Amino acid sequence: MTSIVTQGTFRAALLDPRAATPAGLTGPAGATSPRRFAVYRNNVAASLTEALANGFPVVAKLVGERFFRAMAGVFLRAHPPASPMLTRWGEDFPHFLAGFGPAAPLPYLPDVARLELALRRAYHAADAPALDTARLGRLAPDALVTARLHFAPAAWTLASSHPVHAIWAANAQHGPKPGHGPQEVLVGRRGFHPVATLLPPGGAAVTRALMDGVPLGDAAEGADLAPLLAAWLQAGALTDLEA
Amino acid sequence: MLDATPRSLPHAPGVGYKAAHFNGLMDDPGPVGWIEVHAENYMGAGGRPLAQLRALSERLPLSVHGVGLSIGGEGRLDPEHLARLKHLIGWSRPASFSEHLAWATHLAHDGAPEYLNDLLPLPYTAATLARVCDHVDEVQEATGTRMLLENPSSYLLFAESTYPETEFLRQVVRRTGCGLLLDVNNVFVSATNLGFSPEGYIDAFPFDAVGELHLGGHDEDRDEDGAPLLIDSHGREVADPVWALYRHVLEKAGPRPTLIEWDNDVPDWPTLRAEAERAEALLAPVR
Repeated sequence: MTSIVTQGTFRAALLDPRAATPAGLTGPAGATSPRRFAVYRNNVAASLTEALANGFPVVAKLVGERFFRAMAGVFLRAHPPASPMLTRWGEDFPHFLAGFGPAAPLPYLPDVARLELALRRAYHAADAPALDTARLGRLAPDALVTARLHFAPAAWTLASSHPVHAIWAANAQHGPKPGHGPQEVLVGRRGFHPVATLLPPGGAAVTRALMDGVPLGDAAEGADLAPLLAAWLQAGALTDLEA
Repeated sequence: MLDATPRSLPHAPGVGYKAAHFNGLMDDPGPVGWIEVHAENYMGAGGRPLAQLRALSERLPLSVHGVGLSIGGEGRLDPEHLARLKHLIGWSRPASFSEHLAWATHLAHDGAPEYLNDLLPLPYTAATLARVCDHVDEVQEATGTRMLLENPSSYLLFAESTYPETEFLRQVVRRTGCGLLLDVNNVFVSATNLGFSPEGYIDAFPFDAVGELHLGGHDEDRDEDGAPLLIDSHGREVADPVWALYRHVLEKAGPRPTLIEWDNDVPDWPTLRAEAERAEALLAPVR
């Protein structure tokens, strides 16, 4: 009776390095060949590890190459890609990092991963023309209060209890050594370049309210508008306004 | 329904497109007459990848090459991925669309798809032939194009196989009307790994259906018995015996669009262009 190798059998042996090579797969001499089967095993693990490292370069740098490779091996088996769109793979990575014991000494890793996810989404986000800032300047003060702002598809915010922007900038852009304390971040895109900008404290909540369609006067009540506007413009986050 | 507009790649060398080569291709393409892109890299909503593809496709004929459709998969094709492919083919209007005789997606017990990011092998039996043909029909129907199906590189034999690969591919062509992409490096890799004659494989190949050739580099290893084990790595120059086999293909088939595939350890533009020039030197006399 000839051995039938189902794809389920193949897949199980592929992801478990200790599993035997499925019977029914042989070299030219008719013998089972773990070395040959290992070509597929290596391709899967190495290519997915590389895809994850490409998506999370700062996380990879923070933990080091050997740690990252071992961690990626655990992640790719627990959360394999659901589709060939590898540019979207890793949505579960921040949550995975938060529960991954060996990474516990770096409690800011999940937020760094969230920021890197947002930057990657921004890179592939739909194109949207930036707001002509002169239109903001022409608004009368009472029109500003009722205005609704439109944000680019790339725009995204995070309020972190860690200095996540400084940690990211120190590793991605040779920024200064990060200090302590919480930081809030806005991600957007200028032209084709994803941008991560520091928001003033409370700025993430204001920005999210505006994204939900709350008028500017309500969303930013009591907030200093100037640094918020500066951050939105710097990240190319605004596309339109309804006065 | 098949596309009625006759559009095809030129019988010239093409290159697998990498962003690092954008300026080289725009300013100094040399003999390069077309480009190929991996479909999955251009399925985002916007940004630089789509803008570059738009600019390049206005300059050079385009081949869209899918790596993730899992045509050899036991499960159904992913309808969302098929829709993304249809959209990409719709706006980029490639002269050719190709995919692999391989599988990559497995459905878990709960039905959740799991994408393994490799071109995994399938046995050649009546059952797998029927399945592959159904999937090719579905892809051609959904995208409105006649697709090309590529021969894989193999490391192992399935004891259950009942068809030689060339016969399997011939049957897929006969039943679905699809074309074939003949990867000459894959033939050499498989022949070395599985102990058959690469020229014999070429001589049995249904050339009438071949719309494109691939050339790429491979790595050399050994299995546990010391037998040669070549690995399809796309990370270096095309090997000399593969160039010799390519010459054999051109003598049999005449000129065909020929892609230089170099996906890993991507070289600078002059190095890649030199590989295209080497292909052009063999193509020109038979054109």
